[in-house]
Amino acid sequence: MSDRTIPVSPLDLDTPEKTYLDANELILNMGPQHPATHGVLRVILRLDGEKVLGLECVIGYLHRGVEKIAENRTYTMFNPYVDRMDYVAAVSNGLGYCEAVEKLLNIEAPPRANYIRVILTELNRIASHQLWLGTHALDIGAMTPLFYTFRDREEILKIFEKYCGARLTTHAFRIGGCQYETYEGFEKDVKKFVAFVAPKIDEYEELLTTNRIWVERTKNVGTISAKDCIALGVTGPVLRASGVKWDLRKAQPYANYQQFDFEIPTGQNGDTYDRYLVRMAEMRQSLRIIQQAVDGIPEGPIMAKVSKVMKPAVGEIYHSIEAPKGELGYFIVSDGSTQPYRVRVRPPSFVNLQALDVMCRGQLVADVIAVIGTLDIVLGEVDR
Amino acid sequence: MPWDSPLVTKLKKQYGSGFEAQTYLGQNYLRVDRSLIPNILKQLRDEEQFDYCVDLTAVHYPKRERQFDIVWILYSHPKNERIRVKTEIAEGESTPSSVDIWATTNWLERETFDMFGIRFDGHPDLKRILLPDGWKGHPLRKDYGIIQQDQEWVQINLGIESGQ
Repeated sequence: MSDRTIPVSPLDLDTPEKTYLDANELILNMGPQHPATHGVLRVILRLDGEKVLGLECVIGYLHRGVEKIAENRTYTMFNPYVDRMDYVAAVSNGLGYCEAVEKLLNIEAPPRANYIRVILTELNRIASHQLWLGTHALDIGAMTPLFYTFRDREEILKIFEKYCGARLTTHAFRIGGCQYETYEGFEKDVKKFVAFVAPKIDEYEELLTTNRIWVERTKNVGTISAKDCIALGVTGPVLRASGVKWDLRKAQPYANYQQFDFEIPTGQNGDTYDRYLVRMAEMRQSLRIIQQAVDGIPEGPIMAKVSKVMKPAVGEIYHSIEAPKGELGYFIVSDGSTQPYRVRVRPPSFVNLQALDVMCRGQLVADVIAVIGTLDIVLGEVDR
Repeated sequence: MPWDSPLVTKLKKQYGSGFEAQTYLGQNYLRVDRSLIPNILKQLRDEEQFDYCVDLTAVHYPKRERQFDIVWILYSHPKNERIRVKTEIAEGESTPSSVDIWATTNWLERETFDMFGIRFDGHPDLKRILLPDGWKGHPLRKDYGIIQQDQEWVQINLGIESGQ
């Protein structure tokens, strides 16, 4: 293939060729214990002065063998484990897993359950983006957004807590629907939250969108083209910021997303600034979905008829959803027993992180921090 | 269930035996002979517009003669369609790398190597990705127990008797 621009050859990490005074190439280690790597990510940088010539990611520090555990648990027992992958968007993980098993069992969640699922998943998308914004801005040197976003994210966590008792690893859904009926005042709380957070998103934008330092640090930093994104399998806001209008909620709707009216925000330049704008716009779209869902939520059962012992027929399924970070897929192979024969998780963070090298080449060391932030990775999901 | 479509007819004409198209729960997949990899993958990308490789993984069936299924999950942005390509390989056999076709398979192949010990010929840097470099064994094989670990590695590198 001749049109490839993506470097796939391994990085030469031995002693730089020119080590004398005429050059200042060096190998620099960043992490795994570094506050700006959002967890335990180790990056080995090859530098020429301040310029990045290439980098290599070392991952696996949080590997817990989630896929192996799945083979030794029943379908129901594995459900809580998926929350521990992308722990800032646990609800999305659960939705993807439950829907995949439902497809395998050939059952469907009732309409009311789908509405609850959409409301909680979209709330979680906002919470995930808020956490991303706070930490990303903090990495770049803006401290205030962190306090703003965490203050407002708290309201979402309160709703989760009231709904299912947990704030982070919620285990909100069951295979076949939802375990819990909404609590009294749930709809009121959600409506109140939508009204509360809409102006807050404007507030975040006031802090950053035209802020000179923010713009200087993010515009034309970590640029990636749409073609490279597709070749590297990058999905989610990163892909959309490069101008590809692709969102699984529209392309292959799951739950009941086809019933809601919303847009897919896209960017043009594929740089850090555009990714920021795309995520801000996504939060507003999520609010639109939540508003419609909470207005239209029907009465009815919240669980489909599911037998206590689940034994899907021999076969396999791939189901994916649009998690806050990109395409989250589950590939499940059933051998007809109560335990899955194989569960493969297609993690968006893992695949997106692979683009770090392409995005950082030619940039400065300080920009690496900005690019790691803008990729919005969660190491729990990268390493599984 | 067998699957039929213009794409399948076309590929059948070209490859004949060593090729099987099936569908289950509305999802289509191709079972192809190992010798057709990577040509069929290249063709799917270049002619059938499957421009995005979603995932690459493997499944271990220790009782079978050819123990491993390698699975490529592909998606086409222009067609909004998914397809899976599967091939069987035996223990110790390798398969051609598809890094040249989709750059994303770089890490995915490394992970498959790490977890199953399957080698991909022509991969630029095939080494472990999630487990430490010196680790012995491939945990997602069925004969690897759930609490099994590389005791020696744990003792030397972590300085503890056992990680359990």
